[in-house]
Amino acid sequence: MAKGIRDKVAILGMGCSKFGERWDREADDLIVEAYEEAIKDAGIETSQIDAAWFSTAIEEQHVGKSGVPLATALRLPYIPVTRVENYCASGSEAFRGATYAVASGACDIALALGVEKLKDTGYGGLPQRGRGALNSMYWANMSAPGSFAQLAAAYRAKHGVSRDDLKKAMAHISVKSHDNGSRNPKAHLQNKITEETVLKAPLVAEPLGLYDCCGVSDGSACAIVTTPEIAKSLGKHHLVTVKALQLAVSNGQEAQHNSWDGSYFATARAAAKRAYQEAGIDKPREQLSLVEAHDCFSITELVTLEDLYISPEGGAVKDVLDGFYDADGKVPCQIDGGLKCFGHPIGASGLRMIYEIYLQMQGRAGARQRKQEPVRGLVHNLGGMPHQNVCSIAIIGKHGS
Amino acid sequence: MVGIASFGGYIPRLRLSRKSIVDANGWFNGSLRAYAKAERAICSWDEDSLTMAVEAARDALAERPRDGFRALYLATTSAPFEDRQNAGILAQALRLGEAVNTMDVGASQRAGTTGLVAALDAVAARGGPVLYLASEKRRAPAASPAELLHGDGAAALILDRGDGVARFLGSRSASVDFVDHYKGKGREFDYGWEERWIRDEGYLKLVPPVIAGVLAETGLKPGDIAHFCLPCTLPRVGQAVAKAAGLPESSMRPNLDGLCGDTGAAHPLVMLVHALQEAKPGERILVASFGSGSDALVFEATAELPAMQRARRGILGALRRRKEETNYARYLAFNDLIKMERGLRSEVDKQTPLTTLYRKRDMLLSLVGGRCERCGTAQFPKSNICVNPNCRAAHSQVDQPFSEFGGKIMSFTADSLTYCPDPPAHYGMVQFAEGGRMMVDFTDVDAGQVEVGMPMRMVFRIKEVDPARGFTKYFWKATPSGEVKEV
Repeated sequence: MAKGIRDKVAILGMGCSKFGERWDREADDLIVEAYEEAIKDAGIETSQIDAAWFSTAIEEQHVGKSGVPLATALRLPYIPVTRVENYCASGSEAFRGATYAVASGACDIALALGVEKLKDTGYGGLPQRGRGALNSMYWANMSAPGSFAQLAAAYRAKHGVSRDDLKKAMAHISVKSHDNGSRNPKAHLQNKITEETVLKAPLVAEPLGLYDCCGVSDGSACAIVTTPEIAKSLGKHHLVTVKALQLAVSNGQEAQHNSWDGSYFATARAAAKRAYQEAGIDKPREQLSLVEAHDCFSITELVTLEDLYISPEGGAVKDVLDGFYDADGKVPCQIDGGLKCFGHPIGASGLRMIYEIYLQMQGRAGARQRKQEPVRGLVHNLGGMPHQNVCSIAIIGKHGS
Repeated sequence: MVGIASFGGYIPRLRLSRKSIVDANGWFNGSLRAYAKAERAICSWDEDSLTMAVEAARDALAERPRDGFRALYLATTSAPFEDRQNAGILAQALRLGEAVNTMDVGASQRAGTTGLVAALDAVAARGGPVLYLASEKRRAPAASPAELLHGDGAAALILDRGDGVARFLGSRSASVDFVDHYKGKGREFDYGWEERWIRDEGYLKLVPPVIAGVLAETGLKPGDIAHFCLPCTLPRVGQAVAKAAGLPESSMRPNLDGLCGDTGAAHPLVMLVHALQEAKPGERILVASFGSGSDALVFEATAELPAMQRARRGILGALRRRKEETNYARYLAFNDLIKMERGLRSEVDKQTPLTTLYRKRDMLLSLVGGRCERCGTAQFPKSNICVNPNCRAAHSQVDQPFSEFGGKIMSFTADSLTYCPDPPAHYGMVQFAEGGRMMVDFTDVDAGQVEVGMPMRMVFRIKEVDPARGFTKYFWKATPSGEVKEV
């Protein structure tokens, strides 16, 4: 295996817009909002950026195709801009492009920016999308909650968990994320909720109720990356560097071959193993300070915590109910509210998660700052459906940790 | 000699309680109250004359090889396409191959028997086998008697040389432009005339001579008929025709009114299949029809019939598989008889790329996937490189039909968010005992009754309808294969 990019790339600056129902803002307004914070944080000029990666997943709802919308919004000076899309993991894909460009030496400073403007559809939830000409002719009539809900059916069957126990653990996950979101001024949802509210909510896709589903939001997030040497030369201390970046993509095996039981993410396990190797982590339960998991649905977070080898297989229900992943627990998960409450503007989400880990590493997370000083955090960004998906894992930490 | 080599039947699972129709419409037309008892079969939102015909055909085909059919004929007045051969869609769905001669027969309630006479003549002249299908899903306006008396259903016969399970003895037809009702071009519904005239000048004057004719042709006496099938929604008219023709009173077959209802052009065959399921060897069945004249055909059950009676679902089995529907509004919605707010999520463009449909017709209409010749793994869809992680052979796959595979639910959900004409949408991963799996829509399931591990079989259904272009899209769905509890 290649040696990887551990500590080869530092985050120079990051920005994130307020997430939510931004009825009065266009996508380019959100782009500028995130970018202005990042460029100020980085302490550089736009002219110093060598190349940019731009992530949007449902571009037909807002900016349209190509890198042009980013270049235009920021008036980038004829530099390379690549638009990327990889389901809901698009934001991580932009980060990967920029980071690899720096690691390779092709660029000194690169920009990754994601945006999504989802609240212009006229209805709640993700927009109805084309799935490809042939896919639309035979795929099941799936929504996002409906495809992820099936994790619960398969997980219950495999681990012998009752519907009530699973619903209770899922409810704890959502209550925890709302608690965390209430301490985050940029979060889409900042209200606290109770377990009773979660359990009594209407069903969206059996067994997922309304509060098992994340918010669909407008928002943008971005990262400016460079080498640790350049970061230091620009006067940066306490560097936050990339420890690992891994991506695993389904190849049809889960969808077509009877070797997958539906209760976990085959991609997440593959990506996690490679990421830990790249980052030099062998005991993730002890060595990770924080996790930002792709909690599009409460059940996704629950099974993912096992796929990341933090909870033992079949043990996430207990860990969740024990508060292991709460903000004051051993490994806080979604300390910023997660997709559930920070929100899920698809193209921006992976970058938003990195933004949170970046702030936490620097002690800049305000009211939600982890009490015990964090050293390294994991970002898990997932796109697609349990049986056919794209899973990105980034490990971000203090330089030299 | 030619005969019926096999038979099959299909009645949709949903039975609309006629009381629910009368409760809704009796205020307007009090005479409907006479029909407030019993029920009629209705298609679910994803069924039509083609999907029902496929199910009836699969019943008749059973384990029989699908190749070698000389022809497939479809009789219906409710075909989804006016210009795209409906019988051709069926031949594709049933994997009969391209060498089969396909033909739609329609334009009259007599189509089912008229086509059958022609098919039997064709078999006599050139041999078989011929797959003969009749299927009907008629639209009726709200508050009409037709809405109460009609039903949806299909029947299938395999016709071939030899006696089969029922030997064909002969037929007689009369073509008369007696317009008891008609449906003009582009019209949604039938327009009909007075029932008393239809009874006295129609049934009672036109049908008995045809019966007499077929008896003369076959050298039989009226008393030789053990089963007399004549669809008719007018009360007691069947008996009156039997009496006028001299047929024994006991020969009058139940017209299935109140069970499935009158299935239109398919009904003579639905009644024939029903009769074949109860007839004894040596008994003679006379099937007659009425519509733009009349046809009458006589068959004689052979010693082969009892074994097939045990092996087929037929109409009897289909009638046992039922779920009562008491929500008349749901029936109206399924049949687009009421303007519904279907929500913004229903507005996605549903255009079908016809090039893709043609290129992938085996996959989409016949549910043909692949099987790797190197490792034996069945997979859907068929692909260039084997999905088995321990194989990955390239260009190693041969056609593997999945339609007859039995599967089990690995995971599922009931989805209230996605647009579905009958929410919640049930779908999930179905894993096949023979290998392979697919994430697929479920149909004919009940909320709260679906479980991981539930055995499923595949059925040909409407995937969705493109309302902007009038195009019905078909694919296969999974449905519980076990004995379904009556709900």
